[in-house]
Amino acid sequence: MAYPAVRHRTGWYSLWLLSLLCLLITGGAQAHTTPDEPVVMADDTAVMMDPLQQRREQLASLATGSFADKRRQVNSLQQQSWPGVRAVLAGMLAGALFHDDDDPANVYVLREQDGVLIRINPLDGSEVEIASPQGLKEVRTNNQLRRALRGAVARFDMADESPAVRKAAIAELRRDLDSDAVALMRERLPLEEHSGVRNELEVALALHDLDSTEAATRLAALDVLSGELANDVYNRVQRLLATDADGLPVEPDGRVRAQAQRAIDRIEQRRSIFGGLETLFFGLSFGSVLVLAAIGLAITFGVMGVINMAHGELIMLGAYTSYVMQLLLPDHIGLAIVLAVPAAFLVSGLMGILIERGVVRFLYGRPLETLLATFGISLLLQQLVRSIFSPLNRTVQAPEWMSGLWRINDVFAITWNRFYIIIFMLLVFALLWLVLNRTSLGLKVRAVSQNRAMARAMGVRSDRVDALTFGLGSGVAGIAGVALSLLTNVGPNLGQAYIIDSFMVVVFGGVGNLWGTLVGGMTLGVANKFLEPHVGAVMAKILMLVFIILFIQRRKQGLFPQKGRAGEDH
Amino acid sequence: MNKQGFIKQVASACLAVSTLFGAATVQAEDTIKVGVLHSLSGTMAISETTLKDTVLMLIEEQNRKGGLLGKKLEPVVVDPASNWPLFAERARELLQRHEVDVVFGCWTSVSRKSVLPVFEELNGLLFYPVQYEGEESSRNVFYTGAAPNQQAIPAVDYLMNDVGVERWVLAGTDYVYPRTTNRILEAYLKSKGVKDEDIMINYTPFGHSDWQSIVAEIKRFGSAGKQTAVVSTINGDANVPFYNELSNQQVSAEDIPVVAFSVGEEELSGIDTSNLVGHLSAWNYFMSVDTPENEAFIKSWHTYIKDPKRVTNDPMEAHYVGFNLWAQAVEKAGTTDVDKVIDALPGLEVPNLTGGVARMLPNHHITKPVLIGEIREDGQYDVVWETDGEVEGDAWSDFLDGSKNIVADWVELKCGNYNTETKTCSGQNF
Repeated sequence: MAYPAVRHRTGWYSLWLLSLLCLLITGGAQAHTTPDEPVVMADDTAVMMDPLQQRREQLASLATGSFADKRRQVNSLQQQSWPGVRAVLAGMLAGALFHDDDDPANVYVLREQDGVLIRINPLDGSEVEIASPQGLKEVRTNNQLRRALRGAVARFDMADESPAVRKAAIAELRRDLDSDAVALMRERLPLEEHSGVRNELEVALALHDLDSTEAATRLAALDVLSGELANDVYNRVQRLLATDADGLPVEPDGRVRAQAQRAIDRIEQRRSIFGGLETLFFGLSFGSVLVLAAIGLAITFGVMGVINMAHGELIMLGAYTSYVMQLLLPDHIGLAIVLAVPAAFLVSGLMGILIERGVVRFLYGRPLETLLATFGISLLLQQLVRSIFSPLNRTVQAPEWMSGLWRINDVFAITWNRFYIIIFMLLVFALLWLVLNRTSLGLKVRAVSQNRAMARAMGVRSDRVDALTFGLGSGVAGIAGVALSLLTNVGPNLGQAYIIDSFMVVVFGGVGNLWGTLVGGMTLGVANKFLEPHVGAVMAKILMLVFIILFIQRRKQGLFPQKGRAGEDH
Repeated sequence: MNKQGFIKQVASACLAVSTLFGAATVQAEDTIKVGVLHSLSGTMAISETTLKDTVLMLIEEQNRKGGLLGKKLEPVVVDPASNWPLFAERARELLQRHEVDVVFGCWTSVSRKSVLPVFEELNGLLFYPVQYEGEESSRNVFYTGAAPNQQAIPAVDYLMNDVGVERWVLAGTDYVYPRTTNRILEAYLKSKGVKDEDIMINYTPFGHSDWQSIVAEIKRFGSAGKQTAVVSTINGDANVPFYNELSNQQVSAEDIPVVAFSVGEEELSGIDTSNLVGHLSAWNYFMSVDTPENEAFIKSWHTYIKDPKRVTNDPMEAHYVGFNLWAQAVEKAGTTDVDKVIDALPGLEVPNLTGGVARMLPNHHITKPVLIGEIREDGQYDVVWETDGEVEGDAWSDFLDGSKNIVADWVELKCGNYNTETKTCSGQNF
């Protein structure tokens, strides 16, 4: 160690005096956080001096040693039982462990409570409010250290009050079963009352028992494991079926081998079923993204027949709207996203109306010029965003309830964000369908798209309807942007990534038909995800395009051809 | 002194001043032109705009110090707009119309390949600041980014020896840099005894955004009971959805760490990093490196860009090193003549920002330290490992069949593609 031992000692004495003082003053408050330690300390100070000194040295090495030193200290600390030790390990894992800049032996856990920073000395449990972490340095960790820390904290958590914490602790220890952890678990098993946690303990111990030399113990362990699907169980049981270099089975007992084979077969069968379900879910969620991106285009291109190359940029505007909403409401990330949905509809919708009134309406019936003009608009919008928000990507934070997994069993889990995207897509689709089929605007839109002259003769103001329809399609694109902002980059190029896919879905589904877009998008999504594991993402994309080209050759109108005269009048 | 004499004196003084002034104007017109060839629009603008600003800052600083050879430096900025053929046109424009003395530019390998024939034909001078796949050494190009042996190989060594990784996912975007790097890595891993079934290679299109099945596959691949790591050459924008999906499917860095070669501070500034803590990047420079040189560099960057929140990154350091090497070579040669500067460059040394020295090697690559950093919550990196000293950049990989016997040496051999077995120079530099 680099610093002199003398300084160390004086530092320790002053701290010792100070902590004794603290103890005397805050003795009452101390009692409930550290029930036994103060008594021991007060009784037998002479004996305690050494361990405390040792702890300080250990903490100093934990704070500023090399990663290997730190690892050694973690391994040693996890065996100790003084009151502050769990706080040290858990604090270190959470990045809340700090040391004095000039004396690494002074190690503190920082905790923020109601906006106040509290500095806790783990050695004596004393708490001090501080204004800022100035003069303190965070104790650095790396991946391997954090993994060791997780295991170390789990050892303490096995006796936690909450069954969920105990369960998580056992699952954590199961990843790296050493004899120490097994001994702890055996100790814990008779004390454990919660059935779920008991079960976890039994599984963990059974995994260990597979190493036993007794065939009967191994068989019993396999019995316990027979209902499990987890990966580590599978891997461990699989090893029973392996053969050694001479081709002889590793497991000598035939009964054990047979039982292990049954367990493996069962897990593999479940895996293939749930694997299929997983792929289906991936496909549906990818399909939902495609439908969301395309559904606005289904209106502008499908119903109105305008080839709107700026559609992607309208999506991008929606994504930037959710970024801006989060900037405006930095403390309510979830609420900002919810509010961003109507806001994005307005922003993109108004931009759409502007595009329609300003450019597109002069070009009806001239598809090539519309294509070029809207392509120009798309470049314009991209550069606009680049000048306002810089070319760098912006972060849209996903709210808490949208991150993480819904774990259905050990082999099948659904990510929440994808789940919500599917629900959101269905909502948007249903709303849009209602607007087009149950409102007077929808009626007029359909009338104009089917026969413009007749609709005008009936008193429908066709340019107003055109503008509103275009605005509606653009607004829906904006809503899609909000959803995409949670999945991908919010940057000037966001739109370009989705424009091709959108056209693909609309053309495949059948121009002018909302249902076609839904079915088309979902079909493409699911097909893509089933292809991807076999041919790779690049090839899957190519195959989809080839498939659509061939499909359009056979059925020019797409999946659901539009009846009537749609498209002919434009 | 009489009146006439006084007038005479005033007149001559005026004359002297005006001549001086005139000379000064002439001087100002006679500048050293520095070309900047970075995309300011299109997909690559996200990364390259920063490099343009870096070069402009370096030029400004040099001019404050009095320029070079008594002349001011004058930047000539063009925008190749992330369009690879346009890079060649713009390069031609810089060299022929603007007659620049040196060019700092390019990011993607394909843009470099696109300008390479132009620089060789017109005898230009290019400093290329980005880590790349190697397998190239041109007389007219100086590579100040990392070759594979200065980034990919040490990163894999770290994972293998320090983390104990046994199973490898090589995931990349489908283009030349990831394909070549993964080819080198695959050969390297196999030479270290890694079996075929423990290597998974996956390519995705540019801007890939739906990572669900790939992450699920990585998860499955990593659940075989052996420590698994992902070596990512995924480029640019596709990283954000990739990392998001990793965190959503709860793949933590402690279970399956991802080491990336194309993700740095700049890219992280557009991502919510709280879920990425612990994932790794391998670079030759991190903003968090604590040296006086780096502190000064960050300070002048913040002053120049007028935004104290802007980050610095590895390719910026490469430009810093490249620019200083070039400036030193010009001083040494006493001219900006391309041939003389090229001859002066090998052997020159300048301090880098991490406390070491960057030396220009005869193969036109430089020496660099290799650092492995873990992502912190604030989007910066904690250096968890570094090489003992600087590593010499190797143009031709020692792990590929076609390039094992090939060396580049522009000092002794005057060749960028010399076969040590047949003792011939192919004459082709790439």
